Amino acid sequence: MPPREAELRLRGQLSRLRSLPLLRGARLEGELERLQRQLEKIVAEPSDEEIWRSVELARNADRPYTLDYVERLFDDWFELHGDRAHGDDAALVVGLGRFRGRTIVLLGNQKGRDVKERTRRNFGMAYPEGYGKAMRAMELADRHGFPVISLVDIPGAYPGVTAEQHGQGGAIARSQSLMARVRVPTVACIIGEGGSGGAIATALADRVLMQENAIYTVISPEGCAAILWRDAGEAKKAAAAFKPDAMHCLELGVIDAVVPEPEGGAHSDPDEAARLLGDALGESLELFDGISGDELRRQRRVRFRTIGQLSTTA
Amino acid sequence: MSERIDVSIEHRHAPPEDGARPHPNTCPGCGSHYRDDELDAALRVCPQCGHHFPVHARERIRQLADEDSFSEEASELRSDDPLGFFDLRPYTERLAEAELTTGLGEAMVIGRAAVDDLPCELAVMEFGFMGGSMGRIVGEKFARACESAAERGVPLVSVTASGGARMQEGILSLMAHPTTAGVLASFASLGDVILAEPGALLSFTGPRVVQQTTREKLPDDFGRAESNYRYGHVDEIVPRPELRATVARLLRLFSNAAA
Repeated sequence: MPPREAELRLRGQLSRLRSLPLLRGARLEGELERLQRQLEKIVAEPSDEEIWRSVELARNADRPYTLDYVERLFDDWFELHGDRAHGDDAALVVGLGRFRGRTIVLLGNQKGRDVKERTRRNFGMAYPEGYGKAMRAMELADRHGFPVISLVDIPGAYPGVTAEQHGQGGAIARSQSLMARVRVPTVACIIGEGGSGGAIATALADRVLMQENAIYTVISPEGCAAILWRDAGEAKKAAAAFKPDAMHCLELGVIDAVVPEPEGGAHSDPDEAARLLGDALGESLELFDGISGDELRRQRRVRFRTIGQLSTTA
Repeated sequence: MSERIDVSIEHRHAPPEDGARPHPNTCPGCGSHYRDDELDAALRVCPQCGHHFPVHARERIRQLADEDSFSEEASELRSDDPLGFFDLRPYTERLAEAELTTGLGEAMVIGRAAVDDLPCELAVMEFGFMGGSMGRIVGEKFARACESAAERGVPLVSVTASGGARMQEGILSLMAHPTTAGVLASFASLGDVILAEPGALLSFTGPRVVQQTTREKLPDDFGRAESNYRYGHVDEIVPRPELRATVARLLRLFSNAAA
């Protein structure tokens, strides 16, 4: 999407918000300010420093993870375990919960806070078993008509020997393929690191959001630097080159909207971050109310088919 | 020929050598002994060590369903004896004896129920009825439970305590445990959500057969709920006192589908 369009859309949102009767009271004021801020940011191209700040914020050890949002946003949360085949991958959690009056299926990458939990959750890097579990949850959602919410925060799918032996590539591919097919509304939000294929496996959604300070990348900045600059230390340059920040992703049309974070980043006020994320997820789901499963699939296909489309065919 | 390893199963709580069976109210986990009313009051979970004693079908329904909400279906169905089967005793005699001891017509009880005011269909197996074995009538009853649930658009909650029950779409399954050693609990698991009680045995092939066939030394928790959980086959292990609330929570989530 050309920058102009993103800007127009934000301006549109702003004017709509302004014209709304003050149903949501004081909260709306904050919303306005935030949109205004976003708009200013879009108009002013993010600097290399700002991009790198996003990378750091996206990886901040205190940044809220999936389960931090789950406890703030969902009622009656019931985590499902296991892929019913080989194991239960703690790096990718799935479950049922109630979100604003309806049952949803949640998929989410999960990192750990302390050393023990980080190891248990493999630093958030999913195995094929994790994608197997995600697929089982998506099938359940499809069967029962539950919308799918996916919170993405993964440095990358785990690149180990066992993961390869268990078919990492195939698992990611099948997960994407299934997500493209389900006949229920799907909303994904990158809430930290959106690391390449491991992220897309659970982000092929009807609507893809990104938190203000999240990153969505084809490879980690370090990996990119190691390959192209032959020095992982040049990560900052790499990040500036491939622009993984939310504003650039919005411009490129990879994502549909940016979810604002509290001042200083999501970790500075997790409750507020959760409220903002919840509002964005709720609004996104409402967009698909009353749309048939087949129509959802068709629109989803169009959405992904037109990303990065060659200008000659556009 | 390679050297053969010892394949005997090590029973941590082996039955007494003289063949006398331990009293059913004696805990195989810690040896505590209880009166019936004490065990019933504790949902038949050992207050000392948490061992889950088996629960009969009627008792299980009392534990799960709202009071007076259970309305049994197809209770009139009885197995016949199409083959004129005779092992040590005639099959008909075994059936009659099972009915006498359990007070049930077959190894499965089905019916409409509500859990926490949420309507559902219950299909509960009775291990005491010929080991909860699945014959024609158990199959018929399970199919009727599925149909009844589908017709009314309510979830099916099945509690299995033996092999062969084939689970179908749109159901919650719950695994209870046949305690008798050597009984194979096989379970085709197509439930949307699978819960298991602590220590429940769920394996396609029972430990003794696995060991004798493969001659592998088996892990201590082979086939147990806990190991099934680790290998991704069970969604959650739920101690019996939390079961009713957990089932209610899931029913609430699933009933919300159309909203």
